[in-house]
Amino acid sequence: MIAIADYGMGNLRSVEKAFQFLGHEAFITDDPERTKGASHLVLPGDAAFGDAMRNLRAAGWDQAIDDHVATGRPFLGICVGLQLMFGASEEMGEHKGLDLLAGRCRRFPAAERVPHIGWNQISIQQPCVLLDGVDEGSFFYFVHSYYVEADVAEESVAVTDYGLSYTSIATRDNMYGVQFHPEKSQKAGLRLLANFAELN
Amino acid sequence: MLAKRIIPCLDVKNGRNVRGVKFSADIDAGDPVELASRYDAEGADELVFYDITASSDGRDIVMDLVQQVSERIFIPLCVGGGIRTYDDIRAILKGGADKVSLNSAPVATPELVTQAAESFGSQCIVCAIDALRRPEDGSGKPSWEIYINGGRKATGIDALDWVDELVDRGAGELVLNSIDADGTREGYDLELNRAVAERVDVPLVASGGAGTTQHIYDVLTEGKASAALAASIFHFEVYSIPEVKTYLSDRGVIVRHYSP
Repeated sequence: MIAIADYGMGNLRSVEKAFQFLGHEAFITDDPERTKGASHLVLPGDAAFGDAMRNLRAAGWDQAIDDHVATGRPFLGICVGLQLMFGASEEMGEHKGLDLLAGRCRRFPAAERVPHIGWNQISIQQPCVLLDGVDEGSFFYFVHSYYVEADVAEESVAVTDYGLSYTSIATRDNMYGVQFHPEKSQKAGLRLLANFAELN
Repeated sequence: MLAKRIIPCLDVKNGRNVRGVKFSADIDAGDPVELASRYDAEGADELVFYDITASSDGRDIVMDLVQQVSERIFIPLCVGGGIRTYDDIRAILKGGADKVSLNSAPVATPELVTQAAESFGSQCIVCAIDALRRPEDGSGKPSWEIYINGGRKATGIDALDWVDELVDRGAGELVLNSIDADGTREGYDLELNRAVAERVDVPLVASGGAGTTQHIYDVLTEGKASAALAASIFHFEVYSIPEVKTYLSDRGVIVRHYSP
């Protein structure tokens, strides 16, 4: 059973329906306690980093996420969910993240149109179970103004170019984060979500 | 590389897709749910639902359509038309849309853009403008005026000043609809797109006037648009989405080719 964290941010239904379409049981919950019985936990998110972190802490999600990953169960952060996995962000002031991965979020350089909106490609840096059946150069749908700068090269699974090359898929142990929206990325995105759902 | 987007637009009235010419006369162009599925399978990069229903009964039908469509497509869905309040925005996003497109409402209440961008994030707040070219004033520089209420009411607002304000208030993306070009199939207003592209840094979606693949190529290159929106050429199958994308990639434009 896949739990999708509802902390007041983002289009959660689209994530839930993608898993259901793939034949996996998924549910949206605003109660961190309910993740205790879940096999997988997904942290979506579309909002500003600071607001998102504040909401997560207020509802006790930070602790629930720590507990979930400590048991080795699979965890997936999507979009801002990926960014929150890192140590800090400079979005509208300085904010501390969940600190599951080493690195920080920065704003795109002014040379490019921001937000980065649309379909962009991934360049695979190292093998990852999430990418089983996903081709090098596959397009995914992105919407974001900040990008992740990962400190540990081995934790950067794929990079994407937008004015600069940045981490678009990150991982450590059984934790995964993707900057794009797999639930909005047709076949490649659904494949990635299916790979995640089949982890144990 | 970031791909240029091709976005079919469905003008929905009382649960049917209709197509207008220069913002008037309706022609029935099919069942929106069926069309949405076809565009998804063809590799549309996004889908726009534009609700041109006037009555509140019709609104409920459109909300129901949004739900039905969002259940079966795996590309972003943007919904616009008649959105007046913060609660309207919340309801549409909750109904399954990924973005809302605001048009007339911000002219009366610009704070709506600020408030919506702060609560829901700029990424889901799209601002659309309907712009009509002003007569030449002898300066040699073109200018456009903002119209509201489906292109029926002039506002006196200069389009370039208005896009500055919308972006300052948090619009994450702009849709530029040329009233002069809408439904004519004679090409997008390239000058309007270029003038706005040079003015603001958010992505721009060109709208109104697509008749040929060349028009789409022109607005994505010379017009500097990030995406091209079109309606009738897709609804009436003048071109399929893969045909447009092949035409563009043959000429060096980065697009996403898709096979289901």
